[in-house]
Amino acid sequence: MNPWDLIMNNAPALAIAIPLLGAFVTPLINRAGRKAMLVWVIAVLAFTEFIALLLVYQVNTYGIQVYVFGANPHTLTVPPDSGGIPVRIIFTIDGMSAFTALISATLGLVVGIYSVGSEKFQTAQEKFFALLLLLVVGMMGMALTGDIFNFFVFLEINSLAAAALVSYHLNKGKAVEAAFKYAVVSSIGALMILFAIAILYGEYDALNMAMIAQRMYQTGFSTYDMIAMTLILVTLAMKCGAVPMHYWVPDGYGEAPGGTSAILVVASQASLYGLFRMSFTVFGLSANTSSLGWFMIILGLLSMFIGVTMAFLQHDIKRLMAYHAVSQTGYMLLGVGVGLATLGTAAFNQYGLYAMEGGIFHIINHALYKGLLFLTAGAIIYRVGTSDLNKMGGLAHSMKFTAVFFLIGAFAIAGIPPFNGFASKLMIYESVYQLNPFLAIVAAIVSMLTLASFLKVFHSAFLGPKIYDVKEVPKSMLFAMSILAFFIILFGIFPNIAIHYLVAPAAHALANPLGYITKVLGGGA
Amino acid sequence: MIFNLPFITVIIVMFFGFYAMVFRRNLIKVVIGLDLVESAVNLFLVSLGYVKGGVAPIYTSAPSTHMVLPTPQALTLTSIVIGVATTAMLLSFCMVIYKHYGTLDTRKVRRLEE
Repeated sequence: MNPWDLIMNNAPALAIAIPLLGAFVTPLINRAGRKAMLVWVIAVLAFTEFIALLLVYQVNTYGIQVYVFGANPHTLTVPPDSGGIPVRIIFTIDGMSAFTALISATLGLVVGIYSVGSEKFQTAQEKFFALLLLLVVGMMGMALTGDIFNFFVFLEINSLAAAALVSYHLNKGKAVEAAFKYAVVSSIGALMILFAIAILYGEYDALNMAMIAQRMYQTGFSTYDMIAMTLILVTLAMKCGAVPMHYWVPDGYGEAPGGTSAILVVASQASLYGLFRMSFTVFGLSANTSSLGWFMIILGLLSMFIGVTMAFLQHDIKRLMAYHAVSQTGYMLLGVGVGLATLGTAAFNQYGLYAMEGGIFHIINHALYKGLLFLTAGAIIYRVGTSDLNKMGGLAHSMKFTAVFFLIGAFAIAGIPPFNGFASKLMIYESVYQLNPFLAIVAAIVSMLTLASFLKVFHSAFLGPKIYDVKEVPKSMLFAMSILAFFIILFGIFPNIAIHYLVAPAAHALANPLGYITKVLGGGA
Repeated sequence: MIFNLPFITVIIVMFFGFYAMVFRRNLIKVVIGLDLVESAVNLFLVSLGYVKGGVAPIYTSAPSTHMVLPTPQALTLTSIVIGVATTAMLLSFCMVIYKHYGTLDTRKVRRLEE
């Protein structure tokens, strides 16, 4: 078998294996010098990105992919002697999984490049990069796995790596305090998910998501399922930072070093992926999707509105952006929630699917522009040394590129054409309006408030007389920011590229749990 | 089993864990509370797979084929390993916090809101 076929056939396993091995080899390679270590890390991240692109290509060309660990051939989901039960760990990759994996890998690569410059003067850099790779492993694993216990393991990898990264700058103990909070909260959440997994296992004797969904559909939705579903969905909503479980977000994002906040955004989105996967695929067939959908819509409305109003009170640039991240998560919950609320009715084809596409498109747009904004915030802190907006000013004189990138990000988050935020927000407004006009009105008002808040930040950080005599940030940081800015403008002007290749397959995959189940339990030929 | 004793124990241990996390003011006790919750969940997993009178699920030279379920035990092992990692990380956070703040009292470890 030639190497190309080997990569093509084993892409799902490589998406986990490459960054995982890369992470543990990084400290060894650091012995050969910092340069070698950086080249290694970027090479590993670039290869992971390549695998993620390959997965998107495979899913778009051949449909849902399954990869069974330890089976021969690797598509044999249900061995003939197992009595119809998928006994092995199975990775199931549909449009939504590939979409999330691609975002994780992309932001991983961008943050890796950015951190080459921004962490230049820190000690123990090899550990920082090893943790970054582990975080990518956690996110990729959550996105690709089709096994509910495996999902828990990757969720824990994600939480531990993220908490350790938040604490990386110490910051006189403040960053560690934030990391402690984050680690405790996410550990309890993960334990509650494990508890729910135990309930589901006790009831259905299976850990495979497709198998659980099928057996739940056959036996009906019981009280135990209700308990398990509540535990799982509430935990994942907390991990993605939805109000009223958002209290860890400003601390975690606010104290994390420059680029890390950007990748924490994507780490939360991996939990958002989990929320959607559980509510559509695992519980979607049996539970009442209408009330589940309204649960998401209400979470979304609360997050949007409370997030943006809290952001007004902040004078720390990263905490402010963190509250905006809460607010933007609301849009995704709103869009996908409308899709879930109308699932299975005639309204779904009228506007529900379109709302879901809007919500899912907003995920990738949010990753891009919020990533860019956090990177510019990191650049400012890198040069000025403070994150307090009241102490900044006049930075546009000396940091011209950073100022331009900040404006691109700010216009994109406020939904101003021709940037990508506009494209997805318009889709959300148009569709949720048909369910209830009130939803669209709140979304539009939040968007205006977001613009106002970011104009305030731009004014106080970049305009005014020159206070700090600083230079522009290193080239690697500018390069990382320019990648994100390029995609923001590309998806703003040609949204159909993203919608056609990434968003529509993801929305269709979520809306079709039966296809997912059949692919896994139907023998997987 | 008498009155589903293991499951009652799960609830009691979990209650103590949450109590410690919410009402204790020392960060290390918060970590202990988290560990208690974890133990409760692990106990829940193991007792789910228990079969009355079953033997350990090792197929070679087993006296009978009446065995307890192996999967929950494998899950519990994984969960214990993850728990060790979490606890180690949280305790090292406690050490750094103590070094910089001089205290582990949750009422005084609040510099983030400033």
